[in-house]
Amino acid sequence: MSETRTGAQIMCEALIREGVEVMFGIPGGAIMPFYYAMWEYRDRLRHVLCRHEQGAGHAAEGYARSTGRLGVCIGTSGPGVTNLVTPIADAMMDSTPLLAICGQVGSHVLGKDAFQETDITGITMPITKHNYLVKDVNDLAYVFKEAIHIATTGRPGPVLIDITKDAMQKSTVPNWDQKLNLPGYKPTYVPNRRQVREAVKLLLSAQKPLIIAGNGVIMSGAVEELRHFAETLRIPVITTLHGIGSFPESHPLSLGMPGMHGWVHCNRAIQECDVLFNIGGRFDDRVTGKASTFAPNAKVIHVDIDPSEIGKNVKVTVPIVGDARLTLQALLEELPPREELAEFHSYASDWLEHIRDLQEKHQGKQQYINRANTAHWALPPHDVYEKLNRTLAARGNYRVVTDVGQHQMWAAQLIDWNAGPRTHITSGGAGTMGFAVPASLGVAIAHPNDTIWAIVGDGGFQMTNQEMATIVQEKIKNIKIAVINNGYLGMVRQWQELFENKRYSGTPLSGPDFARLAEAYGWKGLTVEHSDQVQAAIDEAHATDGPVLIDFRVEREVNVFPMVPQNKSIAEMIITEADA
Amino acid sequence: MKTHTIVLLVQDRPGVLSRVAGLVRRRGYNIQSLAVGHSEQPGVSRMTIVVESEDVEQVVKQLYRLIEVIKVSDVTDDPTVEREMVVLKLNASSSSRHEIVSMCGVFDAKIVDVGASTMIVEMTGTPAKVENFIEVVRPYGIRELMRTGRIAMVRGARGQFATEYVEHAGGNGVPVPASK
Repeated sequence: MSETRTGAQIMCEALIREGVEVMFGIPGGAIMPFYYAMWEYRDRLRHVLCRHEQGAGHAAEGYARSTGRLGVCIGTSGPGVTNLVTPIADAMMDSTPLLAICGQVGSHVLGKDAFQETDITGITMPITKHNYLVKDVNDLAYVFKEAIHIATTGRPGPVLIDITKDAMQKSTVPNWDQKLNLPGYKPTYVPNRRQVREAVKLLLSAQKPLIIAGNGVIMSGAVEELRHFAETLRIPVITTLHGIGSFPESHPLSLGMPGMHGWVHCNRAIQECDVLFNIGGRFDDRVTGKASTFAPNAKVIHVDIDPSEIGKNVKVTVPIVGDARLTLQALLEELPPREELAEFHSYASDWLEHIRDLQEKHQGKQQYINRANTAHWALPPHDVYEKLNRTLAARGNYRVVTDVGQHQMWAAQLIDWNAGPRTHITSGGAGTMGFAVPASLGVAIAHPNDTIWAIVGDGGFQMTNQEMATIVQEKIKNIKIAVINNGYLGMVRQWQELFENKRYSGTPLSGPDFARLAEAYGWKGLTVEHSDQVQAAIDEAHATDGPVLIDFRVEREVNVFPMVPQNKSIAEMIITEADA
Repeated sequence: MKTHTIVLLVQDRPGVLSRVAGLVRRRGYNIQSLAVGHSEQPGVSRMTIVVESEDVEQVVKQLYRLIEVIKVSDVTDDPTVEREMVVLKLNASSSSRHEIVSMCGVFDAKIVDVGASTMIVEMTGTPAKVENFIEVVRPYGIRELMRTGRIAMVRGARGQFATEYVEHAGGNGVPVPASK
């Protein structure tokens, strides 16, 4: 074991030791020694050559988010790594365990503006959980161990390692047994029992209790515990965009998504509830609307593994720092016996009934679909989702990756999310257009037996569609792309229509014939212009043993409703076109 | 906005100063002063930052997110010894030199260099006393002025001991694997 290795070989072995199997990247001058060494390890360490580093980063994110494992992306110095900046920022916002490996110019020219030199550790300082510049081959084994530990523990996040070319080329005997020296990094997993008891006491004092479930539930693997907890207390559950999959929407206690494009009954329930239990969500402004008006009657219990999230956006009565799964287990242990819950259950059932009344009265999913489908549009976008939803539910074994914009919100609203955790992958916090196509590549590699549907707008699609070539080169067959093509940057156009007097500045968007583009990449390409053709196209995509793109040319000026205008209270919703 | 004095223990690794400074900036807080140097424990540095903030709790929590930050203490309301040093180059003609020397005596300041027409004076004290001294000597003509920024130490047996934290090195949070 104690043989001499080059720095690049140490990097490969460090990754293998940490269980890495796939990496997404593009080589270049400064990272070449790593690629040279990688060849020796190619049976254990698969490298996927992407067409742009942004694609490599998002593919690694897709891999990480759909598995919970570390995603690894690689870029060379200078423009290679600056192209990784967007996926790194995206991973930071959505707490994704990502390792970015970057080649750097030789240490003897570092700081001299050498060819392709960029201070990537300086650039990424605010958008990484941590980052490193390694100039000495003797530091590599330790730094990789520490970096991966940081990326994957506590609140996961992106970690970047920038390595000078000479550190990869020089040789040393690696020391794999160095103990981690991180006195300042001790994430709290086990919740404080006293706080847990306080939370139980507060919850049981409620007459209108409500659960908000976020990404933390999925990341900690707490789906079963959440269901058990909600069922035991009979508390209704709202799932945030990243909480989708943490609680089945078919469950009688499930309410759906809150926030800017959430359902009316969800937002009303938040405004009316008296105790709000947020597990693993961070009270993003797309959830809260104007934070000072959010949940005005509620005492808040907030569970998060990151103490800095607690009290950041919303005032909290009972803060609990801890892992979502361990916290739910502790809460379940502290609950009184079932017979003492009778009174609480009766309040909870009245409350749920009240929310269901609200749901009936206001625009719900089916009303929304019906209204769109009777609007005499040749192809309402809702129709695509409705048929896709039914087909996926019938077939099973699917994961959906969405991009950012109108199509993303429709997917969150109109698909019945019952397939469990990690089946809905999207760019939430950063809102990165161009995420879906490359992310679906990572998801497809991690889940070869599932059908991966990338739903993407024509704007986002045209940002990163070159990864269709990567998908062909890697012989990946289980990706189907649905382009919701309305010839606009649709969400911006919607805001312009509603709030800027239809001044469509910079939003009308042309594109090539996407089906023919797909064919040029070696995909099957289909075009759908009318509702009658939707089902047949979806069926053909499923029947095809290979990647398929469907260009859904939907009605151009359709809005996502309901909607809370930015900086407004979630009580002030635009519910239908008529309210706008 | 209230001014807070925050004392940090950090791992002495490259870039830690810019991480701390960058974090305080990007979260929208203004740094009034920042002083940094080695602590009693090799490998561990101590910083004192003075920030303007409405919500110091957020500053503290955000600082804790930095991997190399070991301990953060807001000592604003604690009994502390606060010190700052100022070094001044004053115009000192033969006629004013005598006055400056006696003023330095009053403030316990030291004369560290005497030139043909200037003097360099060094003075240490609480930030208020330093401020006061600067105002008193201003009429003589200040050619250059340098301040170190504030450092603060909690009085008595209580405190922030770097040696405690190093003993815990390697004692990281144990990762809990997610269940399927």
